[in-house]
Amino acid sequence: MTQTTSPARLIVVGDTRPHLPAYLKLRHDAGRGRWILLAPERVLTPDDTAVSVLKLCDGQRTVEDIVEALAKEYSAPADVIRADVLDLLQGLADKGYIKG
Amino acid sequence: MTEELRTNGHCETLVVDDEPTGGVSGSASEALCARAPVGLLAELTHRCPLQCGYCSNPIELERVNKELSTEMWCSVMKQAGEMGILQVHLSGGEPTARKDLEQIISAASEAGLYSNLITAAVTLNRPRLEDLAKRGLDHVQISFQDVDAENAERIGAYPGATAKKLDVARWVTELGLPLTVNAPIHRQNIHNVGRYIELAIKLGAQRLEIAHVQYYGWAYLNRAALIPTYEQTIQSIELVERERERLKGVLTIDMVVPDYYAKRPKPCMGGWAKGFMNITPAGKVLPCHAAETIKTLSFDNVQDRPLLDIWLNSDPFNAFRGTDWMKEPCRSCAFKEIDFGGCRCQAMAITGNAANTDPACALSPYHGEMVALARAEAAKPPTPFVYRNPRNAAEAAKAEQRPLVPAE
Repeated sequence: MTQTTSPARLIVVGDTRPHLPAYLKLRHDAGRGRWILLAPERVLTPDDTAVSVLKLCDGQRTVEDIVEALAKEYSAPADVIRADVLDLLQGLADKGYIKG
Repeated sequence: MTEELRTNGHCETLVVDDEPTGGVSGSASEALCARAPVGLLAELTHRCPLQCGYCSNPIELERVNKELSTEMWCSVMKQAGEMGILQVHLSGGEPTARKDLEQIISAASEAGLYSNLITAAVTLNRPRLEDLAKRGLDHVQISFQDVDAENAERIGAYPGATAKKLDVARWVTELGLPLTVNAPIHRQNIHNVGRYIELAIKLGAQRLEIAHVQYYGWAYLNRAALIPTYEQTIQSIELVERERERLKGVLTIDMVVPDYYAKRPKPCMGGWAKGFMNITPAGKVLPCHAAETIKTLSFDNVQDRPLLDIWLNSDPFNAFRGTDWMKEPCRSCAFKEIDFGGCRCQAMAITGNAANTDPACALSPYHGEMVALARAEAAKPPTPFVYRNPRNAAEAAKAEQRPLVPAE
């Protein structure tokens, strides 16, 4: 269940189903050899791991599903990954770049 | 500029850096912009239905018959995409005054550019907005001259503007486009900063720009009508900082502060010719939109020379690029790679020499005088607006103020 505080802040938890709003564009910036997330008046530059997370934010998978997938992919403990993923997504949600 | 404008979402292993692409603030990192700018401001026309005295356009407005052709603007978009520019800000004047905005937005979209339409919105109808969205427009920014309609329409000299803007703002969000509310703040509306925030939330805006007026072009001329007191400025900044915290995840609030009261200069454009370029309605390519006030520079036109060549090799772009051009106190300053000596155009306007330290910096010998000037102007009643229109342009050019003398 998605929790919010006043007036409508998304608090990202295990069963949030995060997605990027349609107006954000995740693209590969070939000239600079990096991934970018284009937003109004902003260019975000996610690192490779953040890109892996963002690509899984499809509105279908829960945060737990994403953690599980990444734990497998990187052969890393789910607890460590969970903390990082929650931090990342909450930070992005607070800027309005992730919806749940 | 507050630290929050440069915020980033750090954690141990996952990093997302946040890089503004407009003139709002600069935090672009060296590596990202080593080769090409990230942002392009395309001033499609100087025509505008509004006549706001806070406009930062040059006093000398470009005539319609000097404006670039459709084909040239489309070529600019293509070149911009190829050289690695990521975002284009379609501005003016009023960009919707161009009948070929449709083709220009299509070209921007085909070039892979993220397109921002910066509009007064009073002449935009719904079918046209829908068409622009279909062609790939990514984001719409609408200016509101005040929250109170009567005052807004006095500032912009356009009766009925507010109702039209509210309609367009509603269509923008209905079409699923992100909306920025642009709030140009000065002494005649600074009491309404809190209500601007309410308005932005009510309209479902993704972003609010509390843009304290910067004193270039028409705004420089109208400074005594616009500059708020130090106390009003501080109060408005504190209010925004509180609200920003409360509205995390609901509304992004970007703030541009008036640097006449600052101790450190803004990193103007994120550094001259570092991450940003500007094209005037007639095709002149500038490192910032006020650069033409520096009369010693001569700017290339995109009709005569490829955009990338201008960016890399033209004299005006190299004039203040990096830090080699700096004099003292910038040259030996620990912050020279952080604020790049502030704004070249403000140094020009206030001190008469673009290579001087921006007088907004407390280390500038002109700083004390600039602050005193600002305080003295703000303490008097506002002067009447010199409205931005072609008829006033001729008169206004004569009235341009003389530079200050330095402290002795």
